[in-house]
Amino acid sequence: MAEITLVEAVSMALAHEIAHDPDVVILGEDVGINGGVFRATAGLQQRFGDDRVIDTPLAEAMIAGIAIGMATQGMKPVAEAQFMGFIYPMIDQIICHAARLRNRTRGRMSVPMVLRAPYGGGIHAPEHHSESTEALFAHMPGVRVVIPSSPSRAYGLLLAAIRNPDPVIFLEPKRIYRLYKEEVTDDGEDLPLDMCFVLRDGGDVTLVTWGAMTKETLEAADALTEQGISAEVIDVATIKPLDMDTILESVKKTGRCVIIHEAARTCGVGAEIAAQLAEKGLYDLHAPVQRVTGYDTIMPLYKIEKKYMPSTARILKAVNDVMEMS
Amino acid sequence: MKTIASFEIKYYQFLDEHGKPVIENMPALASDLDQLTQLYKTMTQVRIFDDKAIKLQRTGKLGTYASSLGHEAIHVGMGSAMKHEDVLAPMYREYGAMMCRGVKMSEILTYWGGNEEGSNFSGPAHDYPICVPIATQCMLASGSAMAFKLRKQPRVAVTIVGDGGSSKGDFLEALNAAGAWQLPVVFVIANNQWAISVPRKKQSGAQTLAQKGLAAGLPSVQVDGNDIVAVRWAMDTAIKRAREGKGASVIECITYRLSDHTTADDASRYRPTDEVEDAWKLEPLIRLKAYLKDQGVWSDDQQTELETECASAVEDAVTEYMNTPIPAITEMFDHMYDELPHDLAQQRAFALETENG
Ligand SMILES: Cc1ncc(C[n+]2csc(CCOP(=O)(O)OP(=O)(O)O)c2C)c(N)n1
Ligand SMILES: [Mg+2]
Repeated sequence: MAEITLVEAVSMALAHEIAHDPDVVILGEDVGINGGVFRATAGLQQRFGDDRVIDTPLAEAMIAGIAIGMATQGMKPVAEAQFMGFIYPMIDQIICHAARLRNRTRGRMSVPMVLRAPYGGGIHAPEHHSESTEALFAHMPGVRVVIPSSPSRAYGLLLAAIRNPDPVIFLEPKRIYRLYKEEVTDDGEDLPLDMCFVLRDGGDVTLVTWGAMTKETLEAADALTEQGISAEVIDVATIKPLDMDTILESVKKTGRCVIIHEAARTCGVGAEIAAQLAEKGLYDLHAPVQRVTGYDTIMPLYKIEKKYMPSTARILKAVNDVMEMS
Repeated sequence: MKTIASFEIKYYQFLDEHGKPVIENMPALASDLDQLTQLYKTMTQVRIFDDKAIKLQRTGKLGTYASSLGHEAIHVGMGSAMKHEDVLAPMYREYGAMMCRGVKMSEILTYWGGNEEGSNFSGPAHDYPICVPIATQCMLASGSAMAFKLRKQPRVAVTIVGDGGSSKGDFLEALNAAGAWQLPVVFVIANNQWAISVPRKKQSGAQTLAQKGLAAGLPSVQVDGNDIVAVRWAMDTAIKRAREGKGASVIECITYRLSDHTTADDASRYRPTDEVEDAWKLEPLIRLKAYLKDQGVWSDDQQTELETECASAVEDAVTEYMNTPIPAITEMFDHMYDELPHDLAQQRAFALETENG
C-alpha cells in the first residue's frame, strides 16, 4: 500500500475507472501528454491511449457540451475545467442540459458525467485562479457537488462520482493537493456521495467545513483541545445533496456550531447549513450559529490572499465567541 | 452547381529570417529607418525585461509570469500602430504592446507580483488590463468598438487572442458581432503554435486561423509574426480601414512560443527541443537587427549601449516594483463599488479589527 497525495489519489481513481470501465473517457485542456496542469492525469494518456484521455481544443462550453452529448449516449465522460475560474462558460451547458435532461425526459435520458475542477486560493496563483464558487453549483437543481479533503476521500468519492448515473461537479481543493500523504489502497471501493465525514469527535462545539479549510479547522480543533474545549470536526464532503442528519446529530450533542468556508459569505453553502440548523436544530443550540468565511469581495491577488481566507485564528475567535455566548 | 462564394488567405512576409527584403516594393516602414530603429529598441527592451521577470520569479520575487519571448514583433507592432485614443484589450503576455501604450515595466511586475495596483497603470485610462480568461477580451474589444461607432468617434479597438483562444466561442462571437455591425476593431491572432501543451493542429481543422475571420465577413490575412514590417503593415491597413468606418479585420500572426507557457509550466514534457531550436532561427529580433545593420544604421557598439540602457531601465523598474507597498486589507473592499454598501462596510470593519488582533 502506497502513501499518496490528494492529487495522486485523483489520478489513481481516474486510472482505476478507465481500466475497469470502457465507457469512461477523460477530456480537457492539457490532460494528455502534459498530464494536466496539476498532474492529475499524469501518465494516463500514455497508459490508456488518446481515445481514452483526450486533449480538447481550448473551449470550455464545448468541453461541457461534448461531455453531456457523450454521456447521454451511454459513455461516462470525466471532463476537466483547468481551473474553477474557467468553468463559467460550462455553466450554460450544465444548467440547460446536464442538470435537467433526466427530468425533462421523465427519466428517458440521463447524464452520467463528472466535471472536475481544481479550486480555491492560497497557492499564489494568478488572477482568476483562486476563487471558491461551489455555491453556484450547489444552487443548481439536478447536479451533485462533491469536494474531497483527503487522499482517501478523493479516491473513494471520485470513483463514486464517476459511477453515479447523474452529473457530478467534483471540486478539488488544490491548496491541499500535495499537502500531506495518506495510505490509499487501489481497491476500487467507492464512498457514499450523500454523507458527511466526522473527522474528529468532540462534545463542546461542532466545526463544519469542507475542502482545504479542513486544514485550518483541524488546526483550530487542536488548539481548542489545549484550551480544554473539545471540538467535533465535520467534513461535509458532498455539499449537494447535503447530509444534514450528521450535522444535526452533532449539534444535538455539542449545542454549538461554527461553519467555516473559504468562499464569499453571502449565500455561501454555510448559509444553507445555518438555515437548516435554524429550521431543525434551533432547540439544541446554546448559542447562535457562527460563520467564518471569505469576504464578499473579489478574491484578492496573491499579495494579500491570505488576508481574505479564514485563518485558524479567525476560527478560534468565532469558537471563543460561541463559547462565551452560551 | 455554381460557386457562390470563394475565398483565399494571403500570407505576407517582407523581411526574411536573415533580415533580407523578400520583395522589391517594400512597405514605407522599411525605409523609415528612424522608426524601425525605435521599434527595434522597444523590442529589445521587452526582451530584456522578460528575461529579468523570469529570473525574479525563479528567485521567489515574482508570482507566476507569462513570458513574451518570441512575440515581440507582434506586440510592439500592435501597440506602435495605435493612437492614444484607441483601445487595447490584451491577453496576458503583450508587454510590448502595453509598453507602447505607456504602461510601465514596474506596473507589469506589480501585477504579476500579486497586486491589483499593477492594473491601475500609467497607460491610457480607457485601456483594459491583462485578461486571463481566454478570449473573453475579444468581446470587450467589440463592445468598445460598438461604443465608438454609436458615438461616431474615429477610434479603433485592438485585441489579441492565441491560437488556443481562437477555438473559443467568445472569439468567434466577437468576430461575428464585428462583422454584423461593421465595428472598428482589429483582431490579432498570435498563432505561436502551442496552447500550453496542445499543438496548433489539434486546436482546429481549419487550414489557417485567419479564415475564421472570413466566416464573419471580415478581411483576413496571415502574416509572418516575426517580421515587424509585415505585422505593422497589416496593422496599419486594418486600423486605417476601421478608423474610416469600413469595419473590422483579422490578422493571424505566425510565430512561436519560445518560452514555457508560463513559469509554472515545463514545456520539455510535451515539446521536442529541436522544434524550439528551429524556431529560434526565425525569432524577430535577429532579422530586424540584421536589416538595420545592412541599412547601415546599426552597429555592435550601439547594440552594447542599447543593452546596457535597457538593463538599467529594467533595474529601475525592479526597484520600483520591490518598493511598492503591500496592499492594506482595506484595498480588497474599497474598490468593489462606487460606494461601499453597508454590509460590506461591516465586513471591512471586521477585517480590520481581526487583523489588528
Ligand atoms: C477560459 C480559459 N480556459 C483555460 C485557461 C487556462 N489557460 C491559460 S493560457 C492557456 C492556453 C492559451 O493558449 P493560446 O490561446 O494559444 O495562447 P498562448 O498562451 O499560447 O499565448 C490555457 C488553457 C484560461 N486562462 N482561460
Ligand atoms: Mg498559443
